[in-house]
Amino acid sequence: MKTLLKLTGIKKSFGAVRALKGVSFELVEGEVHALLGENGAGKSTLIKVITGAHRPDGGAIEVGGEEISELTPAKAQELGIACIYQQPALFPDLSVAENIGLRLEKLGIFKRVGWGDWRQKAEELLARIGAEISPVAEVSSLSMPEQQLVEIACALGSGARIVIMDEPTASLTQKEQHLLFKVVRDLRAQGVGVVYISHRLEEIFALADRVTVLRDGESVGTNPVNGLNESQMIRLMVGRDVETIYPQAEHELGEVLLKVESLSCAASGLEGLNFQIRAGEIFGLAGLVGAGRTELARVLFGITPADGGSISLNRKLLEISSPRQAILHGIAYVPEDRRKHGVILEMAAAENMTMASHSRWFKGGILRKGIETEAGREFVEALGIKLSSLAAPGGSLSGGNQQKLSVARWLATQPKLLILDEPTQGVDVGAKGEIHRIVRDLAKQGMAVLMISSDLPEILGMSDRIGVMRGGKLVEIFEHADAEQVMAAALGSEEVKA
Amino acid sequence: MKRYSRELTVGGALVLLMISLAIFAPNFFDTQPMISRLASQMPALILALGVALVIITRQIDVSIGSQFGMCAVIAGTAAAAGVPMPLAMLCALVAGALMGAANGWLVAGLGLPSIVVTLATMVIWQEVLRLWQKGLLLSLPDGVQWFGMSQGTGQAMVIGSTLLILVLMAWAMKNLSSGRRIYATGSDAEAARLAGLAPKATTFWVFLLMGVLAGVGAALNLVQSPQIQPNSGEGLELKAIAAAVVGGIAITGGRGTLWGVLLGMMLLANVNPALTHFHQPPYWEKAIQGLVILLAVAADGIRIKKQKHLK
Repeated sequence: MKTLLKLTGIKKSFGAVRALKGVSFELVEGEVHALLGENGAGKSTLIKVITGAHRPDGGAIEVGGEEISELTPAKAQELGIACIYQQPALFPDLSVAENIGLRLEKLGIFKRVGWGDWRQKAEELLARIGAEISPVAEVSSLSMPEQQLVEIACALGSGARIVIMDEPTASLTQKEQHLLFKVVRDLRAQGVGVVYISHRLEEIFALADRVTVLRDGESVGTNPVNGLNESQMIRLMVGRDVETIYPQAEHELGEVLLKVESLSCAASGLEGLNFQIRAGEIFGLAGLVGAGRTELARVLFGITPADGGSISLNRKLLEISSPRQAILHGIAYVPEDRRKHGVILEMAAAENMTMASHSRWFKGGILRKGIETEAGREFVEALGIKLSSLAAPGGSLSGGNQQKLSVARWLATQPKLLILDEPTQGVDVGAKGEIHRIVRDLAKQGMAVLMISSDLPEILGMSDRIGVMRGGKLVEIFEHADAEQVMAAALGSEEVKA
Repeated sequence: MKRYSRELTVGGALVLLMISLAIFAPNFFDTQPMISRLASQMPALILALGVALVIITRQIDVSIGSQFGMCAVIAGTAAAAGVPMPLAMLCALVAGALMGAANGWLVAGLGLPSIVVTLATMVIWQEVLRLWQKGLLLSLPDGVQWFGMSQGTGQAMVIGSTLLILVLMAWAMKNLSSGRRIYATGSDAEAARLAGLAPKATTFWVFLLMGVLAGVGAALNLVQSPQIQPNSGEGLELKAIAAAVVGGIAITGGRGTLWGVLLGMMLLANVNPALTHFHQPPYWEKAIQGLVILLAVAADGIRIKKQKHLK
């Protein structure tokens, strides 16, 4: 069988973060090759290298046996590499035929649009993948899987020999999945090489010929799928030494502070969640991207209010319909991306720290500058925030310090329940350790902490108990767990649990 | 003081202009004409302060000229009908508040884009005025001009009350929770919402305040002449927005100070008198003002580009 794509020793760093540390990967004609790995293992970066969106720092790329020195997105397309993303990149206001035509034909400004040709070509391509979509339909009127089919038609039309699919089934129903699987198998039969990325192990078993597992930016091996079972695959994904030392709990847990009973929110896909967190406890929330962890945080904080079940704090039943109410009840939420809706970059550090607790610093609506500055200084000292002055704009601080600023803002509200969403994402190792120490200290002072993290060692090291979410449900709560158990629960693998 | 760089540049340009006038055209500073000039610029300054808040919340209000005209005609009609002066002025403020609240409700409540909403209300109030007044001048009773006082006292009151409003508003932006809310809403409305700062309510109240200030501006304009034209507010929205932008209010929201707006207004408003005193044809006024605005926007563009680069 002919080799379509061969990557050897691909390296890629973003600043100090080494996303890929020498990954090798091979794709042959007529195979479905699955790419598997935890959140942050380097799958997306690898795809972007293959599509030419990222230029690797080192390593070699061969397409069809020919070494490519400089792969750009245009070059990749020319070489027959196509990528189908989770969110199709189509023009929603144009018709299917127009979308396909635009993608396939190089247009000159004055070149006449061949409407008839476009329509016919679109019809042909859609028929080839068995999609019943009218070429004149507007893309915005199509469902998500239909849009994916249009993307696949584009890929086929451009003569793609290498098709990358990034979690294509994430938003599909069971029936739509089967249609997609059929299309993938057809592609394979036509000699196309498919790189298939998915978190769902059962899909990989159903579809893939070989699987390459990525872990921390390295490939841990390529194996034929029928030579592996689920637990072996999971071990490959998580198997690593936990080196970092986490601050341990040395205190007794208090009473139950947060009690969540059969909580549901249809808008964010959450269903029947039950759990409780005691004072002084760190409850770690693990799960894959899209499992509903952030959605749960947003429900607890009133951003997308719940539509069923109950939330009580300190044995008081709460009605939370806005962040403002959540704050008043003593709930604080440090959101996932501090650059997005976290720290306000233009505003002074002190103003950022006090913005969620105005009533404490504005007595009768008027600012007591002295109290604000004093509180600011205390936070700077307690959290070890490095800044030039309290008046320095938030944007002038480093990533780790911005994260601490964000934490300070929520501590200033004197919360009972602190929700942390990916608290150490994108901060350097030193700051990470400090944030862990701070979180542990806060728990010691009697706060209940709900910590969402995709960093498995962090979850295992920090949590007193670990909840695992999958598909909008809390599927498991562990008192003690190892990496494989958590991963198995997150992936929904029956075999390992037993 | 990188943070106040715009205020310093515009202030510097204003000082330079004043120095060269002092040297080459000293009669620019003759007391009576200068005070008259200042007094006539105050209503526009009031509008500029209001629209500055609107822009800081990352919205825009182009209906303020029409609001101004409506308020002026309502207060004038009331005064002409014999309503006592303070009450007539109150009418202007209430009318402004209602028009501002309408904009605020459409923008904050229904989430419609402010440029379209205020463009619509601008045309609506303009046409209401046209149908109502049919373009006729409205003569005011005697007691209205200069609040029924001497010209000098009246002018002092106009200038004094405007400066008082400026000082109060500038203080509030720094020292009141509402000031912080305005900056936070304009910088990142979602972050403000997550911090419990109710950005929608903030936006509504800013539009309402804008309307009240349009009423104040109209009242301060009303007392300066024996009659008013129904189209007295036309073009004022552009003047006010230009002053705010030149004074360092970032069109992208969240940045700028009201002192900068004062400087921006003074710089733009003095182009025409300066041309006269330099014996240059006044036709250059708009061109020069346009150039100043362009420079200000270019400076903003460069700042944003640099920021992105740093990220």
